[in-house]
Amino acid sequence: MYEILAKEELGTVNKLMVIDAPLVARKAQAGQFVILRVVEEGERIPLTIADFDREKGTITIVFQEVGKSTMHLGLLQVGDELASFTGPLGRPTEIENYGTVVCVGGGVGIAPIYPIARALKEAGNEVISIIGARTKDLLFWEDKVRAVSDELIVCTDDGSYARKALVTEPLKELCEARKDIACVWGIGPAIMMKFTSLTTKPFGVKTIVSLNSIMVDGTGMCGACRVEVGGKTRFVCVDGPEFDGHEVDWDLLMARQRIYLTEEKRAFDEFKLKCECDSGL
Amino acid sequence: MAEAKKPKREKIPRQEMPRQAPEVRRRNFNEVALGYTPELMALEAKRCLQCKKPKCIEGCPVRVDIPAFILKLQEGDLAGAAVALYADNNLPAICGRVCPQETQCEAVCVLGKKGEPVAIGRLERYVADWRISQGTEVPEMAPPSGKRVAVVGSGPAGLTCAADLARYGHQVTIFEALHAPGGVLIYGIPEFRLPKAIVHTEVEYVKSLGVELILNCVIGKTLTIDDLFDDGYEAVFLGTGAGLPMFMNIPGENYNGVYSANEFLTRVNLMKGYLFPEWDTPVRIGRRVAVVGGGNVAMDAARCSMRLGADEVIIVYRRSRVEMPARAEEVENAEEEGVVFNLLTNPVEIYGDDNGWVRGMKCIRMELGEPDASGRRRPIPIEGSEFDMDVDTVIMALGTRPNPMVFTDAGGLERTRWGTVVADETTGRTTRERVWAGGDIVTGAATVISAMGAGKRAAADIDRYLRGEITTWMPAEEAQKA
Repeated sequence: MYEILAKEELGTVNKLMVIDAPLVARKAQAGQFVILRVVEEGERIPLTIADFDREKGTITIVFQEVGKSTMHLGLLQVGDELASFTGPLGRPTEIENYGTVVCVGGGVGIAPIYPIARALKEAGNEVISIIGARTKDLLFWEDKVRAVSDELIVCTDDGSYARKALVTEPLKELCEARKDIACVWGIGPAIMMKFTSLTTKPFGVKTIVSLNSIMVDGTGMCGACRVEVGGKTRFVCVDGPEFDGHEVDWDLLMARQRIYLTEEKRAFDEFKLKCECDSGL
Repeated sequence: MAEAKKPKREKIPRQEMPRQAPEVRRRNFNEVALGYTPELMALEAKRCLQCKKPKCIEGCPVRVDIPAFILKLQEGDLAGAAVALYADNNLPAICGRVCPQETQCEAVCVLGKKGEPVAIGRLERYVADWRISQGTEVPEMAPPSGKRVAVVGSGPAGLTCAADLARYGHQVTIFEALHAPGGVLIYGIPEFRLPKAIVHTEVEYVKSLGVELILNCVIGKTLTIDDLFDDGYEAVFLGTGAGLPMFMNIPGENYNGVYSANEFLTRVNLMKGYLFPEWDTPVRIGRRVAVVGGGNVAMDAARCSMRLGADEVIIVYRRSRVEMPARAEEVENAEEEGVVFNLLTNPVEIYGDDNGWVRGMKCIRMELGEPDASGRRRPIPIEGSEFDMDVDTVIMALGTRPNPMVFTDAGGLERTRWGTVVADETTGRTTRERVWAGGDIVTGAATVISAMGAGKRAAADIDRYLRGEITTWMPAEEAQKA
């Protein structure tokens, strides 16, 4: 069950895996997520779906190694099996022909923005995509995103590749230059989504973000993922993960993402130590 | 055996069950109640009068033939007792531990009129544990019917329904959303009250009857009820419980350090947060913990907090002690372990610090007025009685509602305004043909045993349906009346 069929390094930090999960693939749509466990003792990790193939029965995930669980996941090889893999969870992206839309992917957020851009393109939209990362090594899928976009803008924070800019800069220029942008999707770290939303707000352009809060079950049971949107408490797992970025309480989201910082660091440090011991270093 | 030394039946007091000492158990997750010794069991069993018209059976939601299994114990026939017990109850090791016997079988025991009732729950637990220690064997099964039934949810209702359907000869598949079977038995009830090894054994028993178990499959997401029928299942039983947490909707409820009891208990129990960092899922407990609520879930959360190392754990409940819905034994256990009860008190606001963490809670004192719809006296705030409580963790244990996820693309299933599904009490039939439901999804949060009773009744009705004995489905209006 849940065998890893393919593994790919996307730069030095991000990794891609193709997972055998026919039931999940059968229903998967752009914007939804899965929850996986690496081992029996593992935590439940939510990851937004990067791609899916209904015929082959596979789901593609892309992740950055930021803690113990993702590092552990990254150590697995083709042929290994995950302890569990559940989905598709959350509401899918509302795909329609809006006219002209902009898809912004920051860092590892380039992965989930891809199926959304593709679906929007298939629905007949003019799709302008912006992808960016801190540095060249963190960029991936330029060709894939270009293939489903009418226009692609690439940037890096440090200028090590393509344009030197934050993704919000070309976004602002687009909003100024084109009055016909119907909707913007922005996916990436919370801070990037916050500033994407702040960028579009003065222009009154609807902006959808995909929130990455802490979760346990991912089915509405626990409420760990609660956020405030438009002053109301919502659960990211069942009410989202996509929300109107102009309505999200970003400070609350970011505070809640830090709940387990101490524990996460401790687990990560101990795991890295264990890995070094195991490899005989 | 020295016959003469045995005391007369009427002189035997109700036998206490050995438990871990409070000062020891308040810091570990091992089971609190240790079970009877053979001697204690024999003494307690002897107290049963074997009434001609036993009331205890009526008091049991699954109508276990209690005098029958106790008679076997009196005769020293443990194997016979196990056969008698398992005839009516598929999960007795669980019931013996978590049933509120004091409001059910033991409440109506004749001995209770003048003295103390027979400790039926403790005897049930003894028999079940004995049988597990012997290795369970498969009971008598009906010949295969060739009919397939889908059971959604692997909690008490689903497991019971699946086991009975398998015994009736049907091919049963259970679909479970989480990565481990057992529902609330696994994610909700803590290890020290219901060891997970027991749940595991009972699940294995259900599987040994030929029941297939599919984990990580969320009905309403991975598959829908329509998909199940398309895939060839002829009947569907919904036992998805009441898993949605409730909050108070007071200011500050989203600060770091405020948990729903569901989240807190899931982290501790299902994810084994108390074993962090050996297990990956962390759970953060503060110095002073307030648990809001008065039910079993509140007691569980309070006692887990204690075991995770909190300095002080306070139950905050808006009514008084007598209205607390928790099982009496668990309230006592919590008290013995040092949990403080702040009754007739209700939170009105949670304070946070600059980093978004809980730093205190404002409460108001309550008094009891006239009885409300639930029959309990309504708590009324006392004006001007607000005060601040020094806490850094708040756990909301205010009850739960059914998760609406299962109803995605499930046409024809009527629900009440509380989100529960409309189903006939005696048969479990919903307003959609070939779909039955039982347990908390129908009643709202209730007990393990009432869910098992509902699962059992639905299994019997599904069996009648599959055998062609039911020709007309009850119309929706009738179901609503029910």
